[in-house]
Amino acid sequence: MFTESPPATADVVVIGAGIIGASCGYELATRGLSVLVVDRGAVAAGTTASGEGNLLVSDKTPGPELTLTQLSLDLWRELPDRLAADLGRTPDLELEDKGGLMVARTAEAAEALRALADDQRKAGVTAEEVAADAAPELEPHLTRELVTTVYYPQDQQVQPVLAATAMLAAAVARGATVVPDAPVTGLQRTSGGFTVQTAAGPVSTPAVVVAAGPWSGRIAALAQGRLPVEPRRGMVLVTEPLPPTVRHKVYDAGYVADVGSASADLVASAVVEATRAGTVLIGSTRERIGFDPLIRVAALRLLAAGAVALFPALGAVTAIRAYGGFRPYSPDHLPVIGPDPAVPGLWYASGHEGAGIGLAPATGRLLGELFVGAPPSTDPSPFAADRPGLAAAYPSTAGDSA
Amino acid sequence: MIPTRAADVVVVGAGPAGLHAAVQAADGGASVLLIDSDVRPGGQYHRQLPVEFGAVHPERAHHDQAEAAELIARLARHRRVTQRQQVTVWAAEPRLGGGALLSVADTSSGRAVNIGVIAAPRVILATGAYDRVVPFPGWDLPGVYTAGAAQALAKGSRVLVGQRVLVAGTGPFLLRVAATLIDAGAKLAGVLEANHTRGWVRRPRAMALAPEKVAEAARYTATLTRHRARVRAGRAVVAVHGTDRVEAATVAKLASDWTIVPGSERRVDVDAVAVGYGFVPQLDLALSLGCGTEPGPDGGPVVTVDDYQQTSTPGVYAAGELTGVGGAVLSAAEGALAGLATALDLGTLGERGHSARAAAWNGVRSRYRRFATALAAVYPVRDGWQSWLSDSTLVCRCEEVPYRALRGAVEQSGVTGLRTAKLTTRCGMGVCQGRMCGANVAALTATLSGRDEPADPLALTTRPLTTPISLDELAADPARGEHD
Repeated sequence: MFTESPPATADVVVIGAGIIGASCGYELATRGLSVLVVDRGAVAAGTTASGEGNLLVSDKTPGPELTLTQLSLDLWRELPDRLAADLGRTPDLELEDKGGLMVARTAEAAEALRALADDQRKAGVTAEEVAADAAPELEPHLTRELVTTVYYPQDQQVQPVLAATAMLAAAVARGATVVPDAPVTGLQRTSGGFTVQTAAGPVSTPAVVVAAGPWSGRIAALAQGRLPVEPRRGMVLVTEPLPPTVRHKVYDAGYVADVGSASADLVASAVVEATRAGTVLIGSTRERIGFDPLIRVAALRLLAAGAVALFPALGAVTAIRAYGGFRPYSPDHLPVIGPDPAVPGLWYASGHEGAGIGLAPATGRLLGELFVGAPPSTDPSPFAADRPGLAAAYPSTAGDSA
Repeated sequence: MIPTRAADVVVVGAGPAGLHAAVQAADGGASVLLIDSDVRPGGQYHRQLPVEFGAVHPERAHHDQAEAAELIARLARHRRVTQRQQVTVWAAEPRLGGGALLSVADTSSGRAVNIGVIAAPRVILATGAYDRVVPFPGWDLPGVYTAGAAQALAKGSRVLVGQRVLVAGTGPFLLRVAATLIDAGAKLAGVLEANHTRGWVRRPRAMALAPEKVAEAARYTATLTRHRARVRAGRAVVAVHGTDRVEAATVAKLASDWTIVPGSERRVDVDAVAVGYGFVPQLDLALSLGCGTEPGPDGGPVVTVDDYQQTSTPGVYAAGELTGVGGAVLSAAEGALAGLATALDLGTLGERGHSARAAAWNGVRSRYRRFATALAAVYPVRDGWQSWLSDSTLVCRCEEVPYRALRGAVEQSGVTGLRTAKLTTRCGMGVCQGRMCGANVAALTATLSGRDEPADPLALTTRPLTTPISLDELAADPARGEHD
């Protein structure tokens, strides 16, 4: 149930009621565990409410993240039916198989895009190079000034808040408890696990799953866990509702480089897509400046210019709002999914940066399997909390024995 | 074009607060740029009748017209004041070293044209407030107006919203609207005050705080009495009816919590309804600049200011309704004090000069703040309006979200916050960006989820893009103003 006060005990406490916490809570509840999901604010109101709902294979280079994404996209396709079985109604997630178009506007970008598509095809991604004269058929308002376009029919879109709230409701239907507006103020280790101190009261539990997005590092630290996740801010621009103008998720090939960049400075590459309501979402920027919530006009300007470069007709269209949020940035661009070997009972599901919506079902699935000791659906080792890729991010541990 | 060399002080908004801020800052020795989004200065309060109307007795429709006109004329002559109308701030960012970077657009062509960035070392926000309307069945029919819109049409362009008009809501503003409509020739079907009060006229202590207001109310009441229009307390328009536009309204008696007294409903034939349930401060620029907020006289969020009207963001001042709705006199005093504070900060006005000029305004401010608190206590908006809604009553008009959708989101999805409410129901996602529905969705979400307030009470008030603007204009890299 959704309630204001937590139970005294739970088999597992999931901290964070965003899409990752919702997915973990749901998967754990389906495995018969008594689950409590707590959030410091309203459900699905943080990073989940600040994104675009990208379910993309196209922006992934072959490797563990792509493999996890491929698993996740399969799970997304079956999710509405799974949730319907628990909810007694088919939830509307605004899930669409709309496909993605990656556009290279320079010879240099085109070469990189072709090489990426080649590699992706070897990893099982459908990536179809579109002849220049065929692009207008797929996307009539797309700029003619392009060198190469690659079509990714597997890319999907979802409305993340609808998906997260539906997963939470399904978890509740499976017996989970969800307590919003209950910030976690302490994680005391006890003989049987933890006492989770929340603003709504304490809970005793043998296990805690940290799924608090960009705030996960702080939560982990409450239990002396170390998770090098930090905020990376993004902004999205939204237009007035339009008659159908943009059919796919269309983005500049530069996006892939930005996603993979570690720069703290502002980077932006246009991702343009229409929502069911007719508005066009224009994402997205990336900058690492801590939890500063204030807008930067420079970021909006870059987004607007990028969108107009891809779709010249959008120039006359009115932007009506902008929003921003914080992605959970992990230094090697891979999520952390699994136990903290140094703190028994402490689990992580965080650090997805901008891919968390797409990766949510697979993250919950993998975490649930590892938690109960079932055979994992995919190799969990690339996502382990003690992997070498994270070690470099830890500050020198000399003398750090607190 | 906006001058590339920024002024010492930039004032945003030319209502009572902005006009007084500009004149005091300039008299204090600062160079001032006053920008305002409307065609003429004056704001909602001193709304100017277009000159082409050539009114013989404009003061009949215009409160304190002479004083406002004099102030406006003085500013126009002031050598340290530059004034620009139809200039709107579409985004604001804090400026390094204090003040703000204001991205501005010229709207005189009917669309927003990006004209650059003003680097304002000191900015006075005087962005005012807009009408609050609570929803009721049929409120989206043509013929239902906000009280402010009905008044603006009558005052600004001598357009009557209807021939037989009901004025309903709460607060002394209803009297003014009713008197304006009568003066403009409308026949009033009634003036309904939802609270059980004959108003602060019956409260001697509140009266003593603001004798001007008492006199003003007496004038309106006299107008109403002459035209046999009576204020009836404890009543409201709880529904309107009609196919293409308003044909009738249901008027009901209200209990003290504003729920409908059973059996008291009766139908009144009208062709227009003007409703006003107080005002919502226009906070978006202040929030973009990171200014701290606190609960205001009516409980809703307002910008926190110190004795100098300075916000929590250095170099950013706020004056008037956005620090707490209190009317034109309080706004003028706050504006004057903000203007004086900027001149003091700049150093063109010394401590002694500042104290001498500020003293009288300080007195007015403290008196009228107490008056505003008393007013808010007499004219609260009680949650009982929520019981007037039917399942299909729209709570968000832009996105046509019915009440049942919001209730479903809270009951089925555990929604306790506005951001989640918005993203699960689309409330506040439309063109008005929650200006019309924000306060109501906040109240409904709180009630439905059993809380005093939503988890994120400012989520429908935060608007980084303050004004709609085309992507071409947004993308344009304008010549920047001076940065330091």
